[in-house]
Amino acid sequence: MLDLDHLTPEQYRARYVALQEAARARAAAVAAVPPDAAIPERAILKRESIPPGWYVALRLARGDAIRINNPTGTPGAALFLWNADDVSERYNAGDTAKLQWTTNFAAGRVLFSDMGRVLAAITADSGAGHDTILGPNTPAQTGAGRNGRDNLRLAAAKFGLTRRDLGPAISLFSSVRTDAEGRFHYKGAPPAGAMVELRAEMNLLLALSNTPHALAPPVATGPIDYAIYHAGPSELCRNFSEEAVRGFENTEAFFA
Amino acid sequence: MTVLSDVTVPARAPYSATLKAGQTMRIIDLESQQAVDALFYNAHDTTERYSAQDTLAAQAAAGQKFYLETGAVLLSNEGRAMLTITADTCGFHDTCAGACSCESNTVRFGHETKFMHACRENFLIELGKYGLGKRDLVSNVNFFMNVPIRPDGELTVDDGVSEPGGYVDLRAEMDLLVLISNCPQVNNPCNGFTPTPIRIIVSE
Repeated sequence: MLDLDHLTPEQYRARYVALQEAARARAAAVAAVPPDAAIPERAILKRESIPPGWYVALRLARGDAIRINNPTGTPGAALFLWNADDVSERYNAGDTAKLQWTTNFAAGRVLFSDMGRVLAAITADSGAGHDTILGPNTPAQTGAGRNGRDNLRLAAAKFGLTRRDLGPAISLFSSVRTDAEGRFHYKGAPPAGAMVELRAEMNLLLALSNTPHALAPPVATGPIDYAIYHAGPSELCRNFSEEAVRGFENTEAFFA
Repeated sequence: MTVLSDVTVPARAPYSATLKAGQTMRIIDLESQQAVDALFYNAHDTTERYSAQDTLAAQAAAGQKFYLETGAVLLSNEGRAMLTITADTCGFHDTCAGACSCESNTVRFGHETKFMHACRENFLIELGKYGLGKRDLVSNVNFFMNVPIRPDGELTVDDGVSEPGGYVDLRAEMDLLVLISNCPQVNNPCNGFTPTPIRIIVSE
């Protein structure tokens, strides 16, 4: 049997390079996946429009999907997630990027908790980009104005949680790239009609704020609309990469 | 300068200390290519803690890069200065990738790596000494760890670039609790596949 504590450096490197090559091949084959169709009206469990600068605190049951629409192209929406059954388990930005070898999040990718489990899967996406390196704006950008950091704290408070329960978040509808020198470039507001759909793979508490990305102009320019409905599993996400498969296996073990 | 403490942290081991505002912590990568995971808390209210996103958003707004180098100011979740990097021989410290954990290792490197040592185990041991726990774990700094974000969006862990005896100096801008995990990871190149000791000197 493989003794993982006592391999040679060359053996460890060979294992790492094989994983890296598989991840690169997968990343090269990513395509945009818009939703199949409009959600039948009778299937919608809840829908709401979040005005610019506001937020919602939502519960999603495992298997619920939330379709988030950005009809006018407001520059960002802040998102944070907790496992509703144990709120010490929560969205982990570093793991979400590192475990998928990417800072590009689109359909097929998943959002990881700090426990190696898939909290939610990106089941459809219009390709506007989502950033979890810099994330939502804060008072550093907005001064006394409404901002993502404070809205996520307010949403957390509605679940009895505090700033202790928040870590780095994700800013939806936010496209950021780094250049060869390592500098960040914000690519501007998303197109009107941008959308992303997340399927809850665990029972979730979800904070969603209609506030811009940290590098965007600080004031939201239009509504963020959402609809929650029950959705079947996504084969695309479940089998997207070997890392995704292992993440889903960890989630399934939690509910076994 | 008065040396207040000078310790060698064995390979794979945790360490923690409190720093007064104005004191400096030097972290020395004794043998090269050793990642040093670090977390920082306001010593008087630990719910104010290091924020990688506040730190990088400020760097991005100033036209700076996705990693930490000399002059970098590490910010809290209240946007306040916690530390400044006052000297650095390496030039590349990550704050995007977070710390390894047993659970994330199963995803990244295979289920067979579940029962291997990990930085978050070290952090949890040290946090426990202060009455803190997993809720207090946030994205950390990885000193001497080379994590490029490429123009195509790829985030990966590459071979470290620190030389033997390389160091980074951190000046505390507020009273701090500092947690260190001398990274035990062998499944990626962050420690040259061979974890080694580090030395930590606190002075004022």
